[in-house]
Amino acid sequence: MSDFNTPLSKVRGLGSAKDGTHHWWVQRVTAVANIPLVLFMVISFVGNAGKGHADWVSWLQQPVVAVLTILFVLNVTYHMRLGLQVVIEDYVHSHGLKVVSLILITFACVLIAALSVFSVLRIAFGG
Amino acid sequence: MAQVKRPLSPHLQVYRWGAHMAASIINRMVGVALAVGTILLAWWLVAIATGYEYFNTIQGYADSILGRLVLFGLTYALMQHLAGGIRHLFMDTGKMYDLKSNTLSAKLTFVFAIVATLAIWFAAYKVMGRL
Repeated sequence: MSDFNTPLSKVRGLGSAKDGTHHWWVQRVTAVANIPLVLFMVISFVGNAGKGHADWVSWLQQPVVAVLTILFVLNVTYHMRLGLQVVIEDYVHSHGLKVVSLILITFACVLIAALSVFSVLRIAFGG
Repeated sequence: MAQVKRPLSPHLQVYRWGAHMAASIINRMVGVALAVGTILLAWWLVAIATGYEYFNTIQGYADSILGRLVLFGLTYALMQHLAGGIRHLFMDTGKMYDLKSNTLSAKLTFVFAIVATLAIWFAAYKVMGRL
């Protein structure tokens, strides 16, 4: 196959998206981090299944639980921002709609992260 | 302007469905489902932060038949995406590209996801004392 890349573009290695492998790599890093965090969340939900408000509050007030829950939320929303971007790039072909969708999912992910983190902090600090 | 004759990507319809194809598209579908699930997680955390009364309202929704169905589906989605994701991490290292181990590992993600989902719900019902 003929090689149309200029030497400069090969050295930069950024490809057509001008982003190189950064997106791919961060999706993997967040995926790896998700494995222990998901296991923690499963334990958190199974261990407190059916518990009332007071029990959930005292569970989330533990520093380790609060920090791991926050890490889970941040990592998951980042990972899902990257994943949804790929889905949109694959299936939304109109350029305008694609850009609007990408902006909207970014806003949505940040909003979900902010609401969750604020809530955990509010519970943890007993507000 | 005349249409440029570019090479076509393979038409997916001509292939017979296999476990590896199912694992691939289902990994993406459950991923999107989990994205919706994070809205529910945020809602849940907001409810705990809001207070006793609102938490009980949300707990009521979660405990309804529809609520439990959604949560069961999300549990499966989470376990399927976990297994599918780990399979992809192995494939990222260049392993499991031969048809046999690729198909086998794809099947294993479904087995793991179903078993793990049932185990999680069994454990949760045990904790709730409903079993």
